[in-house]
Amino acid sequence: MNNIPQLPLAHWIDNFVDWLVQFTGFFNAITNFIGSINNAFQWIFDIIPIWLFIILVLALTYYVNRDQQNWGLLIFEFLGLLMIWNLNFWRDMTQTLTLVLTSSLIALVIGIPLGILMAKSHTAEIILKPVLDFMQTMPAFVYLIPAVALFGIGMVPGIVASVIFAMPPTVRMTNMGIREVPNELIEAADSFGSTEWQKLFKVELPIAKSSLMAGVNQSMMLSLSMVVIASMIGAMGLGTKVYFAVGRNDAGNGFAAGLAIVILAIILDRLTQSLTRSRRKH
Amino acid sequence: MSTQKSTKVEVKNLTKIFGKHINKAKELSRQGKDKAEILKETGATVGVDRADFKIYDGEIFVIMGLSGSGKSTLVRMINRLIEPTEGEVLIDGENLMKIDKKELRDVRRKKMSMVFQNFGLFPNRTVLENTEYGLEIQGADKTTREKKAKEALETVGITGYNDEYPDQLSGGMQQRVGLARALANDPEILLMDEAFSALDPLNRTDMQDQLLDIQEKLHKTIIFISHDLNEALKIGDRIMIMKDAKVIQTGTPEDILTHPADEYVEEFIENVDRSKVLTAGNVMIRPTIVNIEKAGPRLALKMMKDNEVSTAYVVDSRRNLLGIVDANDVIKLVRENNGDLTPIVQTKVPTTSEDTPISDLMDDISQTGIPFAVINDKKQLMGIIVRGAVLGALAGNEVSDFE
Repeated sequence: MNNIPQLPLAHWIDNFVDWLVQFTGFFNAITNFIGSINNAFQWIFDIIPIWLFIILVLALTYYVNRDQQNWGLLIFEFLGLLMIWNLNFWRDMTQTLTLVLTSSLIALVIGIPLGILMAKSHTAEIILKPVLDFMQTMPAFVYLIPAVALFGIGMVPGIVASVIFAMPPTVRMTNMGIREVPNELIEAADSFGSTEWQKLFKVELPIAKSSLMAGVNQSMMLSLSMVVIASMIGAMGLGTKVYFAVGRNDAGNGFAAGLAIVILAIILDRLTQSLTRSRRKH
Repeated sequence: MSTQKSTKVEVKNLTKIFGKHINKAKELSRQGKDKAEILKETGATVGVDRADFKIYDGEIFVIMGLSGSGKSTLVRMINRLIEPTEGEVLIDGENLMKIDKKELRDVRRKKMSMVFQNFGLFPNRTVLENTEYGLEIQGADKTTREKKAKEALETVGITGYNDEYPDQLSGGMQQRVGLARALANDPEILLMDEAFSALDPLNRTDMQDQLLDIQEKLHKTIIFISHDLNEALKIGDRIMIMKDAKVIQTGTPEDILTHPADEYVEEFIENVDRSKVLTAGNVMIRPTIVNIEKAGPRLALKMMKDNEVSTAYVVDSRRNLLGIVDANDVIKLVRENNGDLTPIVQTKVPTTSEDTPISDLMDDISQTGIPFAVINDKKQLMGIIVRGAVLGALAGNEVSDFE
């Protein structure tokens, strides 16, 4: 291989990132926008008293599971949140929650329309499929480098990296959900003279809802898995605690913070899963 | 059918070819090659090959053929769910192929509605919401569409299920909702694609009768797709027979039976008027059923009175046949104030399966006084066979009956 000059791939990508950096105004605007969503969530979590927050989580869980009372989950949530409070991780937990909610929200707002586009257009599917594979398989660490260059340090680059890593399931599951709507129902919608939008909102999306929600659930879990990685570039939260513990070889605190992430993950997972099950009024 | 026949739908040279090399396939088809040859040479599938026919206002026009004959493709070209490769569809003289998307939507909203083989009901909507769908997308307000939807549901005989979801209803009920949804728009044309094929024999017969009743009141133009000649003969004012993408014959049931166009049609109709192909499932009727676990003598007697019969069939909660009870015995029990039917159940009941040909049963039916019980492989009671129904069914399919 010595005779063949090495492909300057790294150089090209550097050049590309450098070229992107000149659009400072554009990226600043995005930074501010994402930052303000993030701050809004954080502001809400900061003004809610901890006891009220716990009650709200329990009430929400009770409400979304109202047709099948799940006392075990309620008790788990209650004890888990009390433990996080007791360990003094409350603020870190809300910061992590903020990061997860902001990135999931953005992943949803971009991902669902992309999924719809993918389901409707063959060309879009051909283009998006490899892009999604790329987004999901590229080691998440790699996103941090350009993210810092373009969005600085702090929560925002962490959120951007999380969005890129976490969005593919939402896109894929939206696409799949819509494509799996039985052909006869599409024909029924068409035969009554539905417009494309009516078909989408009255037939396809409602029927695809449960697979779409499964995608949202997966996206949320993936963005939660990004919190430790994001802490390396200054995203605050439970991830930071884990990251510092690694640096200090402090197994105790590392596991304590890790456990808090697990508790948060289980709560978020169960909440979004109960939304996945389609509910009916009887 | 009205005496003065005005054309409602006219189909000219309508062709659909699926796949690539469409032009070559068209060329070959003009040279008279058949579907299989064209598929072999070009890889293109001819769905419908130059269909030409007229459908008159207010008639039930049945398009008949076996699966793969192109009948479903043909009906979908009439509302352009499938874009024709060539040809014209004229509705009230207006060429459907020349109108744009918006006008096409208007035609679909106002002029024709479709009923589907597997009902095509939206699982996320209630019965009422399903029925309202066509009006909802036209932007009708809530009160109007509820009123019209309820009327349509009443027309097909479904009341009290407004808030149920489709999967809570039986197949027959679901298809009634499908029909109601199509009627709610008050369309001039109904397209029914194998609408009753997914139903069990009893429900199918009921639905056919009901469709005829509805037609008597509403006088729609109905285009009905079927693979069942008995069904076609029963409900069709005119029948069109298709085979391998081509129209073979169009005519009244009488025409078709007396002057079959070719061997294919002949073979087709030969199969109808024989008791051999009529099975127990085809001629069975609903019995008066008493569930012994729920009903006592008084209820049994009331049901027998309501249905004007002197015997009732006794089943358990799984619908397994236990026997029959006679009205006289039941009356005795009621007089004695005895609440249990068990002692008077006569367990000796002749039974048969749904797919037993009538010819095998004829002798027995004429000898026994008790109607045969038709049971499925789980021993569940499906229906009963009474002498009159057998004779009626046989007579209804006799060629001579039409002459």
